[in-house]
Amino acid sequence: MIKKILIILFFSLNANSALEVTIAQGKVEPTPIAITQIFGADSDTARYGNTLRQIISNNLTNSGLFYTVNEDLYIQSDNLVEKVPRFEDWKLVKAQFLLSADVSKTDKGIRLRMRLYDVFNAKEIEKLQLTIPDEDLIRRVGHTVSDIVYERITGETGYFDTRIVYVSEIGPLDQRVKRLAIMDQDGHLDSHQFLTDGKNLVLTPRFAPNKQLITYMEYKNNLPRVYIYNLKTGEREIVGDFPGMTFAPRFSPDSQSVVMSFSDPNNAANSEIYLMDLNTRSRSRLTNDSGIDTSPSFSPDGEKIVFNSDRGGSPQLFTMDKNGNNIKRISKGRGVYGNPVWSPRGDLIAFTKLTQGNFHIGVMDVNGNNERVIVRDFALESPAWSPNGRYLIFHRQKRSNLDGTGGEVTIHFIDITGYNERVIPTPRDGSDPAWSPLL
Amino acid sequence: MLIVAGFFLASCAATKTEQGGDTDAASASASSSTGGEIKAGTQEDLIVNVGDRVFFEFDSSELTVDAQATLDAQAAWLMQYPDTNITVEGHADERGTREYNLALGDKRAFSVYSYLAQAGIDTNRMEYVSWGKERPEVIGSDETAYSQNRRGVTIVSN
Repeated sequence: MIKKILIILFFSLNANSALEVTIAQGKVEPTPIAITQIFGADSDTARYGNTLRQIISNNLTNSGLFYTVNEDLYIQSDNLVEKVPRFEDWKLVKAQFLLSADVSKTDKGIRLRMRLYDVFNAKEIEKLQLTIPDEDLIRRVGHTVSDIVYERITGETGYFDTRIVYVSEIGPLDQRVKRLAIMDQDGHLDSHQFLTDGKNLVLTPRFAPNKQLITYMEYKNNLPRVYIYNLKTGEREIVGDFPGMTFAPRFSPDSQSVVMSFSDPNNAANSEIYLMDLNTRSRSRLTNDSGIDTSPSFSPDGEKIVFNSDRGGSPQLFTMDKNGNNIKRISKGRGVYGNPVWSPRGDLIAFTKLTQGNFHIGVMDVNGNNERVIVRDFALESPAWSPNGRYLIFHRQKRSNLDGTGGEVTIHFIDITGYNERVIPTPRDGSDPAWSPLL
Repeated sequence: MLIVAGFFLASCAATKTEQGGDTDAASASASSSTGGEIKAGTQEDLIVNVGDRVFFEFDSSELTVDAQATLDAQAAWLMQYPDTNITVEGHADERGTREYNLALGDKRAFSVYSYLAQAGIDTNRMEYVSWGKERPEVIGSDETAYSQNRRGVTIVSN
């Protein structure tokens, strides 16, 4: 059961003035916002305006914290960038906030001007003017404006100008072709791009917190090893070049190291957790136990690591200090745990749990208390946090059948309250999603 | 006989992607579909006359009594064909996380590898690799499929 929670929405019209909204059953009542036409004087700028309006409206609606008041209801149809809105008209259509913008061409590129108004207080609360050198940046500008609006109204950090890396899947389930792919967080097809060609199996990509790098596992020449993909150059570099399988990589919060599992042939191929310093290429072993130790994930302050181990008999979650000391079991419930991921806010750990024939994705406090299931189904995996720690993405796979049908796998987004789940569209099947930091 | 051919095709298909060579698999399946004799010392020989795979219990990499018997026969066969090299593949069913199952698959592959080494097979002739839950033998979300997928498979690599 989701407890009653209290969420505080900050309105920044007056410094520190805040509105408290009580949310029953964790469900947020979305705030109505009106978005005028984004005006353009010619066909190009009008087209940019339409694209921008659509991106901003979709982003805000998808967050679950807003809904866009239907355009057909708007009484005032003017460009409100320079003109003061008739706030009474916007109150009548029940818009709590109002966004207006226009686009024009200048010598330096495409100029966007935006105004955000608090309708009830009849006041401008945000203004923005920016020039885009290149049409290709329109989508990013739409995401940036969405972030500004989201932050101004909710008081939380935005997450729209971000990307998702994932594994694109196609083909029969016993011969799956898997490619690294990347897209904007909204999954828009125009932003979608494949990073690898599908020749080698690739798994579990994860972003560096503050560099344009992805660490992942690839079967190159049938040797499963950890690699880094450089998003700027497209180069791939092996980092887990050990005499055995390396897997389950994640960056440290400073992006200077990768923590991963190594299955050492001199240790009966038992997986232990290692830390690889990317500058010195020195590696240190953090765990030493006869059980499997895998799926390490750093706390955002870099002091602790949560990981998955079957040292007690069945796979459970443990935390340890960054040097491997002070190992404590934190999972307390019944079932088989896996995939622990530390929240970027530092306060929660997301995980999967298999019990009574179903997978569950949930969150718990960092000491394992207050475990709460967010979603349950036959097959769920790979929870990953939004950079603001409010949402999770994960993949959901259907049952497969002996005749080869079924097994479809899709990427989903959900608020950690358990509400507002939706599919993030991908051109093929998608798994192992991971979120970039705010760009 | 049909069952044997089915197994062989499945294992060829697996070899195809994992080794990235289309032509080998195509010619091998062509020769099998024409029937006739099995060439000694080949993958087909191993499958039909020895058994190319062992099965594991849920979340276990321990070799069962049946598995040990199969591996004893594999060791004898490998002794008989000393020029044959192998790769042991370790696999898991789909009811675990991807990363945990990679670890489990590696332990399973290593169990087979080290059993064969103990039985006297030169480790220079053997490699092993985990495929986790990435390459099921049988598609399906039920125990019948899972029990076939928790496996260690010996693949002739030359």
